[in-house]
Amino acid sequence: MAAISRQRAVSRSTHVHLPPFESLVDAHAHELHRFLVGLVGPNDAEDCLQETYMSALRAYPKLRHAENLRAWLYTIAQRKATDALRRHHRRPTSELDGHEPVAPAVSLPEDDALWARVRQLPSKQRTAIVHRFVLDLAYEQIGERMGTSEEAARQNVSTGLRRLRREVTA
Amino acid sequence: MNDDLERLLSGGPSPVPDLDSARLRQRLAERAAAAGLLDVAYGEHDSPLGPLMLFVTPKGILRLSYPGEPIDAQVAEVAAVVSPRLLRAPERTDAVRRQLDEYFGGSRRTFDLAVDWRLVYGFAAEVLRATARIPFGRVSTYREVAAEAGSPRAYRAAGNALGSNPIPIVVPCHRVLHAGGGLGGYTGGLDRKRYLLELEGSYRR
Repeated sequence: MAAISRQRAVSRSTHVHLPPFESLVDAHAHELHRFLVGLVGPNDAEDCLQETYMSALRAYPKLRHAENLRAWLYTIAQRKATDALRRHHRRPTSELDGHEPVAPAVSLPEDDALWARVRQLPSKQRTAIVHRFVLDLAYEQIGERMGTSEEAARQNVSTGLRRLRREVTA
Repeated sequence: MNDDLERLLSGGPSPVPDLDSARLRQRLAERAAAAGLLDVAYGEHDSPLGPLMLFVTPKGILRLSYPGEPIDAQVAEVAAVVSPRLLRAPERTDAVRRQLDEYFGGSRRTFDLAVDWRLVYGFAAEVLRATARIPFGRVSTYREVAAEAGSPRAYRAAGNALGSNPIPIVVPCHRVLHAGGGLGGYTGGLDRKRYLLELEGSYRR
């Protein structure tokens, strides 16, 4: 069995050798989940992760190379998070009707309120901040995963931080 | 620029709920299968002959393996030969598992399962197809299956084909013996061959 299929495997690998999709779930599901909790919050993170893996599975055999599958998954996850946030913003917030908007915090808000603000940031700043603070990545790695330079990654983080700082002290 | 804001952000939002990876996998496998995106599913099944690894595709059972070969190597091989769209999804193998239980429990004599033959080629495929036609409770010889496969003299090649049977038990290579009555060989070891033949009433110690 082993010898027969290895022969055949070699003849196919002249194309692209993609690892079993299973290994992408094993290796990245937990970290992607943390990334998505940062981006969309704990309630929607698992659904976004499902959508991420479904899209990845759909596109998988068409990949032209198997380098940096991790960055590829993060790109998809980022897109799914953006879709989810967009849906949320469109959703009517009936439970808030008739209430005054909550006054902006004077001092720094607690974790969740702060992350709710992170989720309102423009997509690139939001994603860069999640990479930086949730996954603790260096700017070079953030650049790799977002397909930008290290410098652009640094810029995205600092612009986002400046904006947050303005908002929480407003 | 290490200020309160950065300190508050570090570590991410809390509490971060744990990912229920079993649920993620199960839902993913279900949705992928429904969308036609799951090319191979695999799972383990406990049997009287030890834990069996089962691989199934939409075409049928692709592979059944006895303990021994590392699972990662098997998975990588199946991914390379059949498709990388492969997930561990034991619930997709339920039909096979049920029939194996019935077979080992004595209530099933023939497997009502489609077979995916993509792991076998050429003469070996002919030999295994001929083997699949040997009924429960009967035995054949290497020479006979070679003849059935179209080359009566190629009984050594037939032996090799049976030794590399990717779907033992279901494709009953244990029913092929030496012409003189000797057991011959078996992919899972001779003890397992004896066990299966006894189960089928074809062998007495």
